[in-house]
Amino acid sequence: MSRGIVIENLTKRFGSFLAVDDVTFEAQEGKITALLGPSGSGKSTVLRTIAGLERSDAGRIWVDGEEQGGKSPQERRLGFVFQHYALFRHMTVQQNVTFGLAVRKAPKPERRKRVSELLDLVGLAYFADRYPDQLSGGQRQRVALARALAPRPKVLLLDEPFGALDARVRQELRRWLDDLHRELGVTSLLVTHDQEEALELANQVVVMRRGRVEQIGTPEQIYNQPATPFVAGFVGASNVLHGVVWEGHVHFGRSAVAGAHHLDDGLRAQAFIRPHDIELTRAPGDLSFPVTVERRTNLGWMSKLHLRLEDGQMLTAELANEEIMGIGPGDHVQANLRNAKVFSQDGQDPAPAKELAPV
Amino acid sequence: MMPSQASAPAPTEAVRRPLLSETTSRRLVHGGLTATALLYVGVLVVAPLVGIAVAAAKPGWSAWSATFADPDARHAYLLTGVITVETIAVTAVLGVVVALVLARDRFAGRSLVSAVVNLPLAVSPVIVGLAAVLLFGRGGWFEHWFTAHGIQIIFALPSMVLVTVFICIPFVIREVAPLLEELGIEEEEAARTLGASPFQTFLRVTLPNIRWGLLYGVALSTARALGEVGAVLIVSGTIAGHTETATLYVLRAFDEGKDASGYVVAVTLALVSILLLAGIEIFKRKEEKLVSP
Amino acid sequence: MSAQALERIPLDPPEPPSSGRSVRRVRFGRWGLRSVAILYLGLMVALPLAAIVSKGFGGGVASLRDAFSQPGARQALALTIEMAALVALINAVFGTVIAYVLTRYRFVGRRLVSTVVDVPFAIPTLVTGVMLVALYGPNSAVGGFLVRHGVHVIFARLGILVALLFVTLPLVVRTVQPVLLEMDRAEEEAARVLGAGRLATLRKVLLPHLRSGIVAGGLLAFARALGEFGAVVIVSGNILNRTLTAPVLIAQLITGFKPEEAAAIGAILFGLSFGLVLIVERLVGRRERESHA
Repeated sequence: MSRGIVIENLTKRFGSFLAVDDVTFEAQEGKITALLGPSGSGKSTVLRTIAGLERSDAGRIWVDGEEQGGKSPQERRLGFVFQHYALFRHMTVQQNVTFGLAVRKAPKPERRKRVSELLDLVGLAYFADRYPDQLSGGQRQRVALARALAPRPKVLLLDEPFGALDARVRQELRRWLDDLHRELGVTSLLVTHDQEEALELANQVVVMRRGRVEQIGTPEQIYNQPATPFVAGFVGASNVLHGVVWEGHVHFGRSAVAGAHHLDDGLRAQAFIRPHDIELTRAPGDLSFPVTVERRTNLGWMSKLHLRLEDGQMLTAELANEEIMGIGPGDHVQANLRNAKVFSQDGQDPAPAKELAPV
Repeated sequence: MMPSQASAPAPTEAVRRPLLSETTSRRLVHGGLTATALLYVGVLVVAPLVGIAVAAAKPGWSAWSATFADPDARHAYLLTGVITVETIAVTAVLGVVVALVLARDRFAGRSLVSAVVNLPLAVSPVIVGLAAVLLFGRGGWFEHWFTAHGIQIIFALPSMVLVTVFICIPFVIREVAPLLEELGIEEEEAARTLGASPFQTFLRVTLPNIRWGLLYGVALSTARALGEVGAVLIVSGTIAGHTETATLYVLRAFDEGKDASGYVVAVTLALVSILLLAGIEIFKRKEEKLVSP
Repeated sequence: MSAQALERIPLDPPEPPSSGRSVRRVRFGRWGLRSVAILYLGLMVALPLAAIVSKGFGGGVASLRDAFSQPGARQALALTIEMAALVALINAVFGTVIAYVLTRYRFVGRRLVSTVVDVPFAIPTLVTGVMLVALYGPNSAVGGFLVRHGVHVIFARLGILVALLFVTLPLVVRTVQPVLLEMDRAEEEAARVLGAGRLATLRKVLLPHLRSGIVAGGLLAFARALGEFGAVVIVSGNILNRTLTAPVLIAQLITGFKPEEAAAIGAILFGLSFGLVLIVERLVGRRERESHA
């Protein structure tokens, strides 16, 4: 049995609302796994069920080889970090971090040593006697992490830990968490709706939607080989073009894009294209098709170009300014598409989306 | 101030030339309302407080010492003290339990419990006493069981504490329940994941967080318990020296024309209440700071 | 800390939860606590209610007629309701003014005034009566002056009115204040900017918002005044058909060993109070639902 977190057929209902629907995945030991999805996808519920804060209706959970079945949160010995920190407001930073050791009646000298170790680790030794309302959001979350790690939990569960923070602080803490994880190597399960965060931090990503698992894979796999239209659209910016399949291409108007070899002719399909996978030329090429530039937004070193196709569909391309000198609104140019991900329109992919095995 | 040509109003709307300038009218309203408020509060509340001072002076020093020497008066104070202490103990515990269930649990009868919490505040204490007599008094529903076990309820301490608890418990619940809602369960969840048992969580996390609200509610309960008269009148039988509280002593004193001793005990109660009020204000302020610093 | 409070999703409005997140409740094995709460519900309401109603209406309409045939019963009830209504109206107006002044204006001694408004919460009701007698009794300076000019306070209806106004004032003020505090002033400012005069803003923006709070406060005052015993019993003199109120009458009946008659009148009073509590609960609940929407 694996020593990380193993979830099998997890199901959870709130009244008549099915929050988690037959979810199965494994979070490997020592790695960071991200549970990525939009709000309402059930990812927080999965995390809280692992922690014992919710009880599942069906399915099993193993941590470090032990089944968690009927255990209370107290018995599971897992570290949990909340989105809104949940620091004990009437206790100092020191007392907060000591809490997990105090309730388990660890001997006092051991407590002191461990706490000061952790406060040094998170860089807040100086703030030991402060109260939570005297700290900034980023500092509070670091205290929350120290507090969760103090009792040496087997795994670390993080529920949108940076969701309540400013964008800049979020970036800093993301980097900091990455470093911390490298140093400590605790199995971590991170819930987030921020796909950039998932791609940056995680060794493995589980994409969820409406209570179901859409895809499991490395960040690279999720990004470059999305298994479903949802993943293609949710992870990374994407354009969508609608057309009909003919001889391995998706045709729209007089244009076409490759990548539909796995679909039968005549099916309606949607093609996902990344903004940076669009090339523009003046002269027509093999698979290029005409577009009109509607708008250009200059962002310094690159620009966003809004392109209209002949049949009215729109594309947004992102290109370095050097490559598109002189192209402006009203121009007619040729677009070439690379790496289109094609799915059948109604989600009825003849080849069912396979979970890619974790690396 | 003439409206400029550029902003000439539509023909159907007349421009109102204000009688007074904005600042003057604001000051008038401000002053007028404040004066009204202060006057009303002054006449209604402050004047009678002055009346206490008058009432204190009336009996003269000899009456004061005579009353303190009176064994009935002494017993009355003691009884009031005992009832108050027992009431606080019960309302603090029971009140927190009900508040926890109200704030943290969802079940069918919950909104009914919420409505019921406010009931003792609206119901006449006389009705409370009446109900107690009907339930535990002679011919009452539960009378048999208690007499069989040799427990005296009516005309004795237990009924007096019971009705006072009924009347005072809303004060605790109404403070603690909203506070618990406001605080949320995240800190408790965090404590559980860190290895604390439900009881440890309550003791170390919940209780410290609600302490000012609880103290405020308890202080209000204490004041109310001290002053209870209607319900205890009915259930106690006012047997002097036995089941007569301080308030009942005052009532009897005025009934029997012994105004002087009535004034003495009444003023004493008033002074204790005012001291309590100071405590109440302090706790209230501390509670407010906790939830929105 | 306030930034955190703003970010925090409110866990639950007191009435049904609106989002998936707030439906989560941690079951800390609360069945034990729940049963205590249900027991409280049963003991506090179901039993007393059943006892009073069965005793009071046990004989059907006949017992009601008997009750009303008690000397002074009809007048006592009429007097009680009339006084309570008057008091509720007067304090609804003045209480709102005071709440407004305390919330919106800054002046020297504001905190003191706020504390003084709470005095009636702390002072025993009986002591209130005593203070009023001390101040307005025929033997005092103020009282004597008033009597010479034909104004009778003690042993007259005016005394009852003053006593009830005193006792119910904080109820209205403390019910309206939170509504005022919660209010977003932006609406009033928008009205002023759009050209509404002060009076119009008051009528069209401020009062509608406050309406539920004022009505709730007024109803609470009404319910409290209906049942008041301690403040009234000494001041009014309990003169049959003149200044005898229902609660005092009930007390007299019970201590006079006439529990059925007492229960009949008591049931009516209780019914009124309970009904009022339910109405207030709906009003407050609705307002809280709206403010969380």
